[in-house]
Amino acid sequence: MAKLKLKTHVINREWCKGCGICVHFCPKKVLELDEFEKVVAARPQDCICCKLCELRCPDLAIEVQTEQD
Amino acid sequence: MAVRDYIRERFFPHIWCPGCGHGIVLNGLVRAVDHLGLKKNDIVMVSGIGCSSRIAGYLDFHTLHTIHGRALAFAIGVKMSRPDLTLLVPMGDGDALSIGGNHFIHACRRNIDMTAIVMNNRVYGMTGGQFSPLSGHGTMATTAPYSNIDQEFDVVTLATAAGATFVARATAYHVQQLPDILEEAIRHKGFSVVEVMTPCPTYFGRKNKEGSVVKMMDNLKTGTTPIGSKAKQENPSLIERGIFVKKEMPEYCAEYQKIIERAMKGM
Repeated sequence: MAKLKLKTHVINREWCKGCGICVHFCPKKVLELDEFEKVVAARPQDCICCKLCELRCPDLAIEVQTEQD
Repeated sequence: MAVRDYIRERFFPHIWCPGCGHGIVLNGLVRAVDHLGLKKNDIVMVSGIGCSSRIAGYLDFHTLHTIHGRALAFAIGVKMSRPDLTLLVPMGDGDALSIGGNHFIHACRRNIDMTAIVMNNRVYGMTGGQFSPLSGHGTMATTAPYSNIDQEFDVVTLATAAGATFVARATAYHVQQLPDILEEAIRHKGFSVVEVMTPCPTYFGRKNKEGSVVKMMDNLKTGTTPIGSKAKQENPSLIERGIFVKKEMPEYCAEYQKIIERAMKGM
């Protein structure tokens, strides 16, 4: 499989409840919670598109879009 | 895939607490259904009462939100009248094993083709954190302030003994395994039971000083191991996950159809 290339992290701020699961379990520490306790992609250049954040989000609030999608 | 194709967006954000594992089950289930290529119109989800049972409201299948512990009874009714439909029955630990305990064991025994998902967060969350039959000895709950003296059921052992033909355990942490197990359970022709261990940070976590939901997810990671692993031999307290039972047995609706045909011959 070709290496996935990140297009963008689509984050639904209305749905995110700031539980921090995606932030903690991101293997590359791409994500952070901002001052409103909502997730933001602080270091998108480090993202390896493993999509674990998308799979683990209890609120369906984050989607990793790749160039291949 | 688009998760949004399978959910009722008008009800989002959902009512579950921040970090509630039930949302992760919803997430995994949508992926399993998408991978199976099932049409939304061919799926019926039947749930009972409790935090977990709210899942039926959020998914855009045919959904029935029924009475406490009796989701399986309603689901059996649907399946008997329309055996061509795919039945999904999400339940909480109390809903499935306490209030609905008898429905659960007899559905296992009958081997009717449906998938029971026991979302086990070890507590009654919706009603304020009472201990459930899966809380376990020594745990704390609002109704066990000096610790719980009840032993817990093991869902896998119980379902196996009752005759379920597919029995598996997954966790909300192992999100790559979760959709695969759910998919295989749905594919299985017979009664499938999937226990999904999910964190309840609001009640179980807080009462038992497990810390944040991140810590609870870490506990699911470190406290479980694949079936038959070497780690289990070295540390018997680890909880095994994976597929425990997968066997072929006569399916209830198919057997019932044979009875109909036999009876019609005599007419």
